[in-house]
Amino acid sequence: MDAQPRTYAKKDFMSDQIIRWCPGCGDYAILSQAQTVFAELGIPRENFAIVSGIGCSSRFPYYINAYGFHTIHGRAFAVATGLKVTRPELSVWVATGDGDALSIGGNHFIHVLRRNVDLQILLFNNRIYGLTKGQFSPTSEVGKKTKSSPMGSVDHPFTPSALALGADASFVARTVDIFTKDQRDVFRAASDHKGTSFVEILQNCNIFNDGAWDQLTDKTIREERCLFLQHGQPMVFAGGKKGIKLNGLRPAVVELGNGLGPDDCLVHDETDPFLGAIVARLDYPEFPVPMGVLFRKERPTYDTLVNDQVAEAKAGGAPSLQKLLNGGETWTVK
Amino acid sequence: MKTVQSVDHVVIRFAGDSGDGMQIVGSQFTNTTALLGNDLATFPDFPAEIRAPAGTLAGVSGFQLHFASHDIFTPGDAPEAIIAMNPAALKANVADLKKGGLIIANKEKFIDREFEKAGITSNPLEDGSLSDYQVVSVDLARQTKLAVDGLGLSGKETERCKNFYALGMTYWLYSRPMETTERWINAKFKEPYREANLRALRAGFNYAETVELFTSRYEVAPMKQEPGLYRNIMGNQAAALGLVVGASKANVPLFLGSYPITPASDILHYLSGYKAHGVITFQAEDEIAAITSAIGASFGGHLGLTTTSGPGMALKTEAMGLAVMTELPLVIVNIQRGGPSTGLPTKTEQSDLLQAVYGRNGECPIPVIAASTPSDCFEMAVEAVRIAVTYMTPVILLTDGYLANGSEPWRVPNVDNIPAFPVSFHTETAGFKAYSRNPETLARPWVRPGTPGLEHRIGGIEKAEGTGNVSYEPLNHELMVKTRAAKVAGIKVPDVEVHGDPDGLLVVGWGSTFGAIRVAVDMARREGLRVAHAHVRHIHPLPANLLGLLGHYGRVIVPEMNLGQLVKLLREQSLVDCVSIPKVQGQAFKIAEVLTAIRHHQVTEAK
Repeated sequence: MDAQPRTYAKKDFMSDQIIRWCPGCGDYAILSQAQTVFAELGIPRENFAIVSGIGCSSRFPYYINAYGFHTIHGRAFAVATGLKVTRPELSVWVATGDGDALSIGGNHFIHVLRRNVDLQILLFNNRIYGLTKGQFSPTSEVGKKTKSSPMGSVDHPFTPSALALGADASFVARTVDIFTKDQRDVFRAASDHKGTSFVEILQNCNIFNDGAWDQLTDKTIREERCLFLQHGQPMVFAGGKKGIKLNGLRPAVVELGNGLGPDDCLVHDETDPFLGAIVARLDYPEFPVPMGVLFRKERPTYDTLVNDQVAEAKAGGAPSLQKLLNGGETWTVK
Repeated sequence: MKTVQSVDHVVIRFAGDSGDGMQIVGSQFTNTTALLGNDLATFPDFPAEIRAPAGTLAGVSGFQLHFASHDIFTPGDAPEAIIAMNPAALKANVADLKKGGLIIANKEKFIDREFEKAGITSNPLEDGSLSDYQVVSVDLARQTKLAVDGLGLSGKETERCKNFYALGMTYWLYSRPMETTERWINAKFKEPYREANLRALRAGFNYAETVELFTSRYEVAPMKQEPGLYRNIMGNQAAALGLVVGASKANVPLFLGSYPITPASDILHYLSGYKAHGVITFQAEDEIAAITSAIGASFGGHLGLTTTSGPGMALKTEAMGLAVMTELPLVIVNIQRGGPSTGLPTKTEQSDLLQAVYGRNGECPIPVIAASTPSDCFEMAVEAVRIAVTYMTPVILLTDGYLANGSEPWRVPNVDNIPAFPVSFHTETAGFKAYSRNPETLARPWVRPGTPGLEHRIGGIEKAEGTGNVSYEPLNHELMVKTRAAKVAGIKVPDVEVHGDPDGLLVVGWGSTFGAIRVAVDMARREGLRVAHAHVRHIHPLPANLLGLLGHYGRVIVPEMNLGQLVKLLREQSLVDCVSIPKVQGQAFKIAEVLTAIRHHQVTEAK
């Protein structure tokens, strides 16, 4: 009956809209990886719904040929919750930014994570307000000089992964706009995860905050400053020359060799929330920045629990609307 | 032998501390009276604090009930009897009591310590200040204690039964049977509290019958009602049922996103109990998530609904704009309360009307309708759903605290007789445009995500006519602004009905002022004044015949529980010099207040 093709090419997910991001923006790479992965997932195109808030990142739905909803600033999580709870069969993705998710949408962000609605959240973190032309954001570093902080920002920034884990996220991952293969791996993992999958994407705004992540992602130093996590594998980086070791409850960077090997390093267990709390706190310059899946542990999703209750209530058979109207105590006038 | 007086109507008020169980007693008296076949109207009045300090004026909770052998429209201006559980309750309410009225006072609380809490210097039961009234003082605590003796209740638990003792006394006084309340107690309480409450109720009844306290007892005959099945219903309950029925008539499942707020929360409570009817309720993290989740549900092909009051409405306004721009159906129910800001959370007001009609950024038209009685909340809820899905638009339904918690008998409609307005989701791929329009309603197609071949994007940025693509074109923007306005302006609403004289003074009301205006108009007409009443249920757009009526009568007054909001719309649209009759006290209009206004503004006949 269904004549729709079930195999797709990336171009099937490209919409007819002209992309209006600035040339050189990191968003292009993210869009491209998402389209590539969407085509591979085996999900009918009409079952994708992309929901976004406001900001450069939130133009994302317009450029994907699927159902899309560009909502209002900070509220994409709530719109997506209403959509997913009523239509659990859809694959719902939220595109958001550091200002949209963590500032104006901060409340919805923590609540969607604690409820564990089965969504994928792609947070484009460029540490700046781009669409409003360059104010500091909740992830901007202290001291950052912007149009609204001429003497340097005095705001302490969030660490999005630690915030997400604090809100009991069931899936936390990090990737980088230019790490295209890693990005696709993370997107696939996010899609596979039942529950809210939170993906922070370090993204470059080449107009208002160019090079914001260069100290981590530049080809010459990324092996040294990024920690590519693998579940069940020791935390080793810098081409195997360094590792993370636990001294009591505190992690430390150790040079490998001289009797110290990978076996002496901390082993990544993405299902361990205590370890997750440590991993989420690893940050440059003291540590390399973890990339990949920081934490992943499934628990019942909100949309399933809600619909299970409805199904349970309905199990007794179709109730009569008339009975509902009549209520308990009635009397009849003849 | 005590005499039994037949009277055609009675207004009584129960008043006590908010922990005294006055709302329970009031609702029990209401149910019993409804089942007896009297017409009735109730008005619960409680403080915002759950348990303000006992014995203080701030903690007084009241429940007024008007019941009659004929049609009535309001909970009554002045009670004939007050049951006062403490001096503060007496002090807060006695000024409303009719001269010669009855006071049943809980004697044990009329002591110095309680007078101090209530800010009274002498005992009103003894100082002659109540000489205009008939005072019966009963030691409720001691009598209740005797009644429940032997059941092993603590002092505090015994104390909690005394509201039923007082209820029993009033049942005797007004010739009400105890069965309905006995049934309720049996179902509600476990032993020994079940037995204790039953004993207290019956002891109160028997005490009133035995002891020579009352000079007479009263009976109020059932009224002649239209044949049918009846129940008693509160406004919030009626709204919840109307929303379920409306969604069923639209053939779409209902999704409620709501954040707890007084006095709207009861709708969330009711709907969360209707899961068997397919209703999904989402208690959101805030008011904004409440409405935006509902918008998400509407995007998904459910009927999105959000319910709120006062400040919650303010928080939702940006999202209402999104629903206007994306032209999705959405029902927003605002149970108005005293404002601004936190205002008077448990008191009633009609001061959100202009906010509902105009209060958003941009040219942002939303249809606004208003319920006029507790049971009308049902009809208007169905109407809100009808407009939302027929015209693909958010709809604001206004009720208020007075309707939400007030109750009246309701002839239950036959569900099958309520006209259906089933939604057909768009599935045709050929020539699909997300913002094409139904030529009659100007509604755009409603497409459920998951429909193959109709993948499209919507959002809050201005839409290009037809395609719905993002557009910044100046002339397109103006066209779309005008189209959205025309769509709402073109909503077909029924004409307003006129009650009363074909000329003279026209009293125009909306919302919960219905009862007070209707009774005042009838009284004025009996005095020989030429006056009529038009009650507006559709506010935006207004009924097509209303502006003509304003011009025809020429002399128009508009009583509203605000500083004059509907009157502004009427004046603006009709250029008739309508006069505002404002009242902003957190209290409903009394009939007498409307009657005074009618007399003042009456048209004097040229002789």
